[in-house]
Amino acid sequence: MTMNTVGRPTRPEGAAAGAEGFQSLTGARGLVQDEPLIFELGGWTKTGVDLPDVTEDADDLAGLTRAGLELPGLSEPEAMRHFVRLSQKNHAIDLALYPLGSCTMKHNPRLNEKAARMAGFADLHPLQPVSTTQGALALMDRLAHWLKTLTGMPGVALSPKAGAHGELCGLLCIKAAHEAAGQGSRRTVLVPTSAHGTNPATAAFVGYTVTEIAQTADGRVDLADLEAKLGDHVAAIMVTNPNTCGLFERDIIDIAKLTHAAGAYFYCDGANFNAIVGRVRPGDLGVDAMHINLHKTFSTPHGGGGPGAGPVVLSAALAPFAPAPWVVSGEAGLALAEAAEGEAAQAFGRMCAFHGQMGMFVRAYAYMLSHGADGLRQVAEDAVLNANYIKARLGDVMTPAFPDGPCMHEALFDDRWLDGTGVTTLDIAKAMIDEGFHPMTMYFPLVVHGAMLIEPTETESKRELDRFCDALRALALAAKGNDDKDRFKNAPHLAPLRRLDETLAARKPKLAWRPETLAAE
Amino acid sequence: MRFTKDHEWVELDGDVATVGITAYAAEQLGDVVFVETPDVGKAVKAGDAFAVVESVKAASDVYAPVSGEVVEANGELAGAPETVNAAPEAGGWFAKVKLADKAEYDALMDRDAYEAFLATL
Amino acid sequence: MRYLPLTADDRAEMLGVIGAPDIDALFADVPSAARLPGPVDLPRHAGELEVERELAGLAALNRAAGAGPFFCGAGAYRHHVPATVDHIIQRSEFLTSYTPYQPEIAQGTLQVLFEFQTQVAGLTGMDVANASMYDGSTACSEAVLMAKRVNRRGKAVLSGGLHPHYAATTQTIAHAEGMEIVRLPAAIDAEAAVIDAIDDQTACVVVQTPNVFGVVTDVTKIAEAAHARGALLIVVTTEAVSFGLLKSPGEMGADIAVAEGQSIGNALNYGGPYVGLFATREKLVRQMPGRLCGETVDADGQRGYVLTLSTREQHIRREKATSNICTNSGLCALAFTIHMTLLGGTGLQQLARINHARARELARAVAGAGLEVLTPRFFNEIAVRTKGPAAPLVERLAAQGILAGVPFSRLDPHAGLDDVLLLAATETTTSDDIAALAAALKAL
Repeated sequence: MTMNTVGRPTRPEGAAAGAEGFQSLTGARGLVQDEPLIFELGGWTKTGVDLPDVTEDADDLAGLTRAGLELPGLSEPEAMRHFVRLSQKNHAIDLALYPLGSCTMKHNPRLNEKAARMAGFADLHPLQPVSTTQGALALMDRLAHWLKTLTGMPGVALSPKAGAHGELCGLLCIKAAHEAAGQGSRRTVLVPTSAHGTNPATAAFVGYTVTEIAQTADGRVDLADLEAKLGDHVAAIMVTNPNTCGLFERDIIDIAKLTHAAGAYFYCDGANFNAIVGRVRPGDLGVDAMHINLHKTFSTPHGGGGPGAGPVVLSAALAPFAPAPWVVSGEAGLALAEAAEGEAAQAFGRMCAFHGQMGMFVRAYAYMLSHGADGLRQVAEDAVLNANYIKARLGDVMTPAFPDGPCMHEALFDDRWLDGTGVTTLDIAKAMIDEGFHPMTMYFPLVVHGAMLIEPTETESKRELDRFCDALRALALAAKGNDDKDRFKNAPHLAPLRRLDETLAARKPKLAWRPETLAAE
Repeated sequence: MRFTKDHEWVELDGDVATVGITAYAAEQLGDVVFVETPDVGKAVKAGDAFAVVESVKAASDVYAPVSGEVVEANGELAGAPETVNAAPEAGGWFAKVKLADKAEYDALMDRDAYEAFLATL
Repeated sequence: MRYLPLTADDRAEMLGVIGAPDIDALFADVPSAARLPGPVDLPRHAGELEVERELAGLAALNRAAGAGPFFCGAGAYRHHVPATVDHIIQRSEFLTSYTPYQPEIAQGTLQVLFEFQTQVAGLTGMDVANASMYDGSTACSEAVLMAKRVNRRGKAVLSGGLHPHYAATTQTIAHAEGMEIVRLPAAIDAEAAVIDAIDDQTACVVVQTPNVFGVVTDVTKIAEAAHARGALLIVVTTEAVSFGLLKSPGEMGADIAVAEGQSIGNALNYGGPYVGLFATREKLVRQMPGRLCGETVDADGQRGYVLTLSTREQHIRREKATSNICTNSGLCALAFTIHMTLLGGTGLQQLARINHARARELARAVAGAGLEVLTPRFFNEIAVRTKGPAAPLVERLAAQGILAGVPFSRLDPHAGLDDVLLLAATETTTSDDIAALAAALKAL
């Protein structure tokens, strides 16, 4: 035989030393690179875009031009590396379960991305003649039809750009309706204590006074307290349903009746519509206005914090006050009512320039068509099933905040199970990072101590749910055990960075890179 | 030194009341990162929100424990909010108020009463 | 269903673990009167091919801007976006992540936001910028509300050159907050007219440069007049590429600079999503709305980034928040930052000069066709007077395959400027496009 002994060893050698305490010489962690800011990469005169020369100078703008513009540029390969390296420091729904309660982190189909990039949608100017945008207007019209049919509501305002913007739109419709009816003296909005912070913020923004409604021991609106606080000074109530505890408001129809009897409107925060889409129509519950986060229920990507889209469905009483623009049918096809006149004469105003988040409309509509009426119903069922499965699998090692009865699309735990362990909700969240999962929503809703709100969504397989539950069970047992709590107190150990000093960031805000930053260091 | 149930303290020097938040409040807030003190010359009524104290996770109004006119604000806190944690009942004072009605001061809790109140929380 | 992983067996097994007889049992809290017995009256699910076919059909009913000569601007501009931008923003880690609430596993998004804030501050000539707003118009309305918080005055004066949609949005929002809005009549070259409307109750004046008619204005004198009366100057820019050529708002004394950032990195998208830029002076930072990313260190002393000063925001301050805004425009801000990083300062300056040169060529051609150019000093957009109302003229040219700009009456039907047409040119506009427009105008 011929023997070639040249080459490398093909199994690991040396002692089985762990990575603990190991430091690379460069600050990199294998695939995770240490990446400076673009301002530190040296490209002050560089550009990664080849542009033609300009023969004409700007002599007509004498005295109006800037002297220089000190911003770095990178060549294309450098820029690609910079941003790809940064991307690898992010968790993502495409990587693993992302169970942020009330955020609905579900799979984002790439078909939707492809559709939104079709030239007929992406390369379309908002002020082209409507005769050249009939397909776009038809898509808006059909999206509106789906939203109205799914919610059982007769009107919809498409233009709000996010959930909170939709809330604002809904409350402005309510305000306009009251004013039109000579009821402008109604200045109070009732909001449950468990509400998302945007609700009171929006009400205050509109100039309303916020009064809190108490919550019952089983996590719902206290009907007696609501009744006591309703009156002819109340403009609206804002209730999230399913609520932020992940529970359906059993008395929702009575809540609506009491509200209407008092002459107020019922604003429903639709952040959690994913739990009931296709199974319950908010219009049947007596809702007057509800925003729909297209980035939640209808799966437009969250993009690291937006863009969102927050169309608002409206009852017949509120629909005439919806802001411009509206899609209307005219003699020559579809058109836009862009000013407060004609069909939109009672519109309360305008929420933004142009017509809303068209790119999100295309994605959401593609998602709706893909699922269909049957699939959307299945979405709600699987979302609720997955949350209840997590609640059942973790209920014996953690403490469900509301153990009796099913939850909807999210399972809420408090921190009683951590009593005496020295481990906090925050520690559990950070330890989950080391196990490869994004933490759940923590310390929200505020009404539950040390809250952990887990929303798996319908796009998780049973295998991924089991992997997640196994990991949390193991963490729960470790937290309750007698071992060193370093696993928790100093977590995360394996993330690109350890826990960050938020106090320092807030006391000495450094919000932009500056050349002197380098000089000082 | 006198105290309120909202965890402000008041110390009287002649008719000028120095106001701050108590050590208990500073501890509960966590690391203070920002303080907004009232403008000098502002007239305040007892119970009015007249300053803001922020930690990373919470923003709280500070209520005027007594009525009067703000005669001085602690300008040091803008650059060194951590003083509120380090010395809440000394260098971490918020503002000085020229007292309008001494009876309001007399009606506040003394330290023993405040500590008894804290024990009930 | 391709997006739903659970099988019928999975569902049965999971119901067993839960101890529920069927799925309906999990919806037991829904009042029986409100339970839908079956799917609503909408089509059933469809395969990827069918959905793509339907959407492609709708897209085909639209005339894409790139299909022929194209001159629309008025707050949204068609620019070339490098392929790299769209590739990076579609990476899973950016596209499918959420607001960076867990900074240890969101440094990618956070560092980009820090870079974005620094770029925006540099472009606008201001000290600090936030992590973006929904769009330019909402940024404008938020700036007016911020001015009220800063000097506790209740009146805002809007120039007649402010984009009418921005003015309407600001009127709607600021009116809801109880502010008085004085909107000066639409005027082509009269930004300085706001000076006469400033009084001791004026929180701010809002001017735009280049304004909706394309007019470039040095607002330094307006800043001085505003500051002399204790009012803030808010400078609006709807064409961000102009920052590459024109004096920055900061240089001219703006207290708040807001802009539509769509031009850099983002497609036209029929009006959204876009990205609002918002920048101000250091001393006003705590009154600034929206998210902010700041630098800090981790437990090991490594540099890192976090969302900061969040006590200004709704999830903590609730009804005392500076704004009700919850999201920013993260992915559009990312696109902006990537494109801006590729351009660099030198590239953006070059791009701006090209835009300006294209517009000069356009202005000459249109004047040669017999139309009066109304914009005395412009960047990449001009207003021209048409013979007769502009709207039907635009329709006629659209039928000939030329998207000949935006009739001002589309933005403001009651301004009495029905014969004013807004025409924009960018680096995507060719000499052939301009010649085709001029020929068509001449032939009318």
